[in-house]
Amino acid sequence: MNQNWIEDFSWVDLIINVLRVGIIVLVIVGSFNTLASGRFTGEQWLSLVVSGLAQGSIYALIALGYTLVYGILLMINFAHGEVYMAGAFTAYFLADYFNRTGFLNNYPLLAIPLLILFAGFISMMVAILLERVAYRPLRNSPRLVPLITAIGASFFLQYTFRGFYGSGFKSYPTIDILSGSIPGTNVPLNQVVVFIFALVLMLGLYWLVEHTRLGKAMRAVSEDKEVSSLMGIDIDRIIVLTFAIGGALAGAAGVINGLYRPQGVNFFMGFIPGIKAFTAAVLGGIGNIIGAMLGGLFLGVIEAVGPNLVLAGLGVPGANQLKDVIAFTMLVLVLIFRPQGILGERLAEKKA
Amino acid sequence: MKKFFSLLLLLLATMIVAPMTFAQECDDEIGCVVLEDGDPISIATMLTISGNTAFLGEDSAGGVEIAVEQRDGELLGREIEIVEEDSGCSAEGGQAAAQRVASDEFIVGVIGTNCSSAATAALPILSEAGMILFSSSATSPSLTSVPDDGGVYEPGFYRTAHNDLFQGAIAAEFAIDELGASRLATIHDGSPYADGLQAVMADTFTEMGGEVIFQGAVNVGDTDMNPILTDIAAAVAASETDGPLVLYFPIFEPEGNFIAAQSLDVPGLEDAILFGADGILVESFPENTGQDAALGMYFSGPVVQGEAYEEFLALWDEEIGGVPPAGFHAHAYDAANILLDAVAEVAVEGDDGTLVIGRQALRDAITATEGYEGLTGTLTCSETGDCATGEALGVFQLTEAEFTEDAWPPPVVWLPGVGMVEMEME
Repeated sequence: MNQNWIEDFSWVDLIINVLRVGIIVLVIVGSFNTLASGRFTGEQWLSLVVSGLAQGSIYALIALGYTLVYGILLMINFAHGEVYMAGAFTAYFLADYFNRTGFLNNYPLLAIPLLILFAGFISMMVAILLERVAYRPLRNSPRLVPLITAIGASFFLQYTFRGFYGSGFKSYPTIDILSGSIPGTNVPLNQVVVFIFALVLMLGLYWLVEHTRLGKAMRAVSEDKEVSSLMGIDIDRIIVLTFAIGGALAGAAGVINGLYRPQGVNFFMGFIPGIKAFTAAVLGGIGNIIGAMLGGLFLGVIEAVGPNLVLAGLGVPGANQLKDVIAFTMLVLVLIFRPQGILGERLAEKKA
Repeated sequence: MKKFFSLLLLLLATMIVAPMTFAQECDDEIGCVVLEDGDPISIATMLTISGNTAFLGEDSAGGVEIAVEQRDGELLGREIEIVEEDSGCSAEGGQAAAQRVASDEFIVGVIGTNCSSAATAALPILSEAGMILFSSSATSPSLTSVPDDGGVYEPGFYRTAHNDLFQGAIAAEFAIDELGASRLATIHDGSPYADGLQAVMADTFTEMGGEVIFQGAVNVGDTDMNPILTDIAAAVAASETDGPLVLYFPIFEPEGNFIAAQSLDVPGLEDAILFGADGILVESFPENTGQDAALGMYFSGPVVQGEAYEEFLALWDEEIGGVPPAGFHAHAYDAANILLDAVAEVAVEGDDGTLVIGRQALRDAITATEGYEGLTGTLTCSETGDCATGEALGVFQLTEAEFTEDAWPPPVVWLPGVGMVEMEME
C-alpha cells in the first residue's frame, strides 16, 4: 500500500493540488472579508451582476463564432474580433444617419432590428470573404498555418477599416426608450434589454443547430468530414455557412453592445472583446455551443464582481485594474479542475 | 622618374593636408554631426502616428511642420529634413523608434515623444547617442527629475510641455478654492502620465486639507467601468466627511468617455463633479460622451493665448486645415524653434562647405535658453530640461456650444493666480 503511494506520487499532481486548494482558499477568504466588511449594499451587488451579465452576453455572442468554427475546422479564427468590429463600426454610420433623421427615436422598435440586421450582414460578408481568401486555400495545410494567417488577417482587417473610417473614436447615439432604469431598482433598463436580445439570438442558434437540416449537416461535418461527404453533404457549403452564421452573430453583438455602451467605436474595438470571447469559449469547452454561452456569461459576471469581491477583500490595492487577472485566473482555475472546460468539448472518437 | 615621384609626393601631401587646413575639426566631447556641402539638416520626430492616441501625434507634427514652414524649410542655407518615426504611446514603441533614430548619425535632435511612457524608454538610448529628445507633451514629473530623486532624467532631455507637478497642483487648488470640494476620488490607467498626475493632485489635495477617499485604476481597453465606480460609491458612503466630491480621471479616450458616461448610472455619484485633464481635452470628447454626462465637466490643461497664437491658428487653418486636435501643437512649435535656433547658433561652417554641429555644444545652447518668448509663454530651461514654467495652465469647462455647435476648445474658466475668468459671451 505504502509502496504504491510512493510509486504513484507525482510532483505535477502535488503542485496542481496545492494550486487548487490555494486558489479556493484565497477566493473564500477574499469574499468573506469583503462581505463581512459590509462595504457594498445588496443593490450594488445586483447592479454589478447585471452589468456583468450584459457584458457577458456580448462575450457569449462573439464566443459562439469561435466555437462554431472550431467545432467544424478545429481551427481558432483569431480574426473573429475584427469581424465583430467590422459590423459594429459600419453600423455606427447607419445608426448616426437614423439618429439625424429622427427615425431612431421615433421608431426604435423598427430601427434597432434594422441596425442589427445590417451589422450582421456586413460581418457575415467579412467572415465569408475571410474564409474564401484566407482559410480555404490552406485547409489541408498543418494546423499552425491557418492560425498564423488568422493573425495576419486580423491586422489586415483592422487597418483596412482604419483606412475606411479613420482612427478617431465614434459613439452610437443614445436611444430614449432604453435610458432610465427598471422601476424600483438601480438596474439600467438597457442592460436588461441587451441581455434579452442576446439570449434570443443564442436560443435561435441553438434551435438552428439542433433542430434543422442545416444544423444536422453541421453536426455531421464536425463529427467526420469524409463520411459526411460520402453521405452527400457539401462540405464547402457547410463550412461557408458556419462562418456566415458566426459572423452574423458577431455583427449583431456589435450593435447590441452599442445599445448599452455607445462609446469607444473605432478600428481597434474588436481586439480585446475578441480575446475575452476566445477565453469564454475555452472556459465553456471549445466546440460546445451551450458551453460558449455559459462561458461568456460566467466571464462577464466574474469580471464585474471579482475585483470588488475577492481582490478588495484580500487587501489588494487598485483591485479594478486587475480585472483581467481575475478573468484569466478563473480560466486557469476552471482548466485545473476541468481541462475540457465547464461543459467539455463534444468530441467524436476521431478527434480525441 | 624623379619628377614623377615628387609629383606623387606633392599629390599625397595635398590629400593629407587639404582637409586639415580647410574643414572644421570636431572638438566636441560627445561627438559632432558633420554635414557635407549640400547635405540637409536632419531632425527627427517621434510621435504617435498610429493607435488610440494618434490625435496627439497629428497635433504635435502640425506644430513642427509650421515651425519649419515659417523658415521656408531652410536653416543656414540648407534644407531642413524631417525624419518621421512612430513611437506610439508605449514603452515598446518609444524604444523601437529611439533605436532607429540613434542609428542615424546625421540626426541632430528629436521632437517627441508624445507620451511619458515612450519618453521614459527612449531617453536612455538617445542620451547615449548624444542626441536631444525635446518633448511637446510628455508631462510626467519623473522625466525631469534625476535618478537620485527617483526620476529617469538623462542629459539631452528637454520639454516645452508643463511638468505635471504644476498641473496636479493647480487642479487641487481649483477643486478646493473654487469648487469647495472636500473629498476626492482619482482614477488612473497605469500609465506614468496618469499615475503621476493623479498622485500630485491627491497629495496637494491632502495638504490643502481635503480628504482623498479613493485612488484606483482601470486597464487600457476596459469598457465596463461599473465595478470601479461602484467601488467609489462605496468609498463615498463610508467616508466620514460630508461635502462636494470631485472625481479626477486624467486618462485618455475611450476609457475617459466610459467613466464619464457610466457615472450617471451609479447611485451615490449623481453629484460628483467630473474633472479630467489634458489627455481627454480633445475635440471628440463631448460628442462621444454625450451631453447628459459631460456638460459642465472641468478639465485641467495647457492654456495658450495671445496674438502670436491667433496668427499661429490662422496658419494652421491655411496649411493643415481646421483646428489642432489637441492642446500641445504650440508646445511642439516652440520646441522645434528652440532646437533649430540652437543648431543655427552652434553650427560652424568650414571653408569647403562642411557644417559641423557639436552635440554637447547643442545641449549647452538649449540648456542656456532663458526668457525665450514662445507661443506658450516665456520659456527658461532648467538644468534638467524643464523649459516650461507652468504659467500656461488653466481649467476649462464644457458648455453647450461644444455639443451643439462643434465649438472647440471650450472656454477657460479659471487661471492660477488669477482665479475665475469671466466667460466671453458670443
